[in-house]
Amino acid sequence: MPSPTPATHNPCLPSANPCPGPGTLRNRALTHRRCKTIPLYARLVRYGFRKHATYVGAALAGAFTNSVFGILRAYILIALWQARPGLAGYDLIDAVTYCFITQAFIGPMQLFGGGLGIPERIRSGDIALDLVRPASLQLWSLAEDLGRALYLFIVRGLPPMFVGAALFGIFVPTDPGHWLAFLTGFMIAAVASFGWRYLVALSVCWLVDDRGVAVLSLVFTTFMSGMMVPLHIFPGWFADLARSLPWAAMVQLPTDLYLGKGPVLETLALQAFWAAVLLGLGALGTRAIRHKVVIQGG
Amino acid sequence: MVRTYFLLVWTWTRASAAYPASFALMCVLGFVTAALDVAVILVIFANTTTLAGFSRDEVLFLYGAAALPFTICDTFVSNIDRVSQHIKAGTLDTVLIRPVSAWVQLTADRFNANRIGRILQACLVLGYAVAALGLDWERTWMIPVMVLTGVVIFSALWTLGGALQFVLTDAPEVISSFTYGGLQLTQYPFSIYGRDLVSGVTYVLPLAFVNWQPGLYVLGRDDPFGTPEFLRFLGPAAALVLSLPAALAWRQGIRHYRSTGS
Repeated sequence: MPSPTPATHNPCLPSANPCPGPGTLRNRALTHRRCKTIPLYARLVRYGFRKHATYVGAALAGAFTNSVFGILRAYILIALWQARPGLAGYDLIDAVTYCFITQAFIGPMQLFGGGLGIPERIRSGDIALDLVRPASLQLWSLAEDLGRALYLFIVRGLPPMFVGAALFGIFVPTDPGHWLAFLTGFMIAAVASFGWRYLVALSVCWLVDDRGVAVLSLVFTTFMSGMMVPLHIFPGWFADLARSLPWAAMVQLPTDLYLGKGPVLETLALQAFWAAVLLGLGALGTRAIRHKVVIQGG
Repeated sequence: MVRTYFLLVWTWTRASAAYPASFALMCVLGFVTAALDVAVILVIFANTTTLAGFSRDEVLFLYGAAALPFTICDTFVSNIDRVSQHIKAGTLDTVLIRPVSAWVQLTADRFNANRIGRILQACLVLGYAVAALGLDWERTWMIPVMVLTGVVIFSALWTLGGALQFVLTDAPEVISSFTYGGLQLTQYPFSIYGRDLVSGVTYVLPLAFVNWQPGLYVLGRDDPFGTPEFLRFLGPAAALVLSLPAALAWRQGIRHYRSTGS
């Protein structure tokens, strides 16, 4: 069969040629324009950042509330450290710093739960769309969540620290190596926090109602993470246990890195271990829901 | 008005009782989350015997006396917290055209009976503390008075917060610093706080009258800040004084609310 002559072909319409050459309209319509992997996730991080940057008012309101609670908690810790100077290896300034940095972590680590749209998407069935995308649901959500964490670190994390510094005085590391250790720990903590919340979110697929799990998760991410009181002052063996569990990797361990307590490499290794375990479980969970989700045509 | 309120509350309760397992689970979990604050107090007192001059049982008494009125209000009034959501969704208009007071409708809105677990937890802590302290029986008449005072003060705070949401529609979380922050503040003896903060919550926002001032009377102690004795009994008056601006603010908010008209 002779192909149609180019002279009769209207260039505005797609070519009838079944094997269009590069650059034709049809070629562009049919070929997936796939982002390369790294730029795709980098872009998702940026989108996560921008998505949250839309709600500046809400973030600043959160920063205000976190700061108020920081002040109230600081007084409690000051009273305790006046009664027991040097408790947990912290001095008074360390204790106040601990208080404000844990308040600063609430936003970026999303300690009160949520932050992922997955439960609503599972309930509405939109998750089916997410699962057929040519990118992993888990990495996709992780990239967006890191963007969110980065934004909230700036908008909800820094104000409580400034308030603490202005009202009580806090410890600020001066050594660049120290900052590097803290920022690395902070990044791993954000990943671990995502890993945990992703598992909680996936549980909706089996439990339908996620409120029960959400409350249970809240207990772990606030109390067992060291957000309410330092894990060091838990009685006896409970302190050691709490410090080796995954929730410590979200608050207590990065806080200790900031304060310069404890061995840096071991702390980072423990954090990385839990982040890897949680992400691994999340990958298994993603695979399990791929098999569970049924797309009902239409 | 009271009858309508309880009718609405009963309707919402029946709705949530349609899922009995979830309902029971949430009761238990409410108990657990509320117990976290007590766990913090216990951890602190595992490390020290006194906190700013107060013993563990005294702090638990102050905690119970603040948490009981707070959880009661959290159950029956805090639903008004959702004003900004209603404004954004446009459902406030529906509320306003019904022949029942907007305050009654909104405080009963999506009433959550499973918060009973929290009230129970606060009762248990208060009961334990009263029994453990061996209080002077002639002074315990103050306990029901302070719980009632606390209920009025926290209700007024939530109403004020609801009224503020007409202005702060995009940032309702600010309100939490005063409501939930109020509980956080009153859980501990005020002797741990700075003098300015305590003056502020005594003479401006009367949170000191929830449990601190009357609590000092029940415990038979002097105020470390040296306030005069008669302040211990001013709780009910302070609660009424706060209710007045709260009611006015709520009225102003409702009157000046302008629907988007869609």
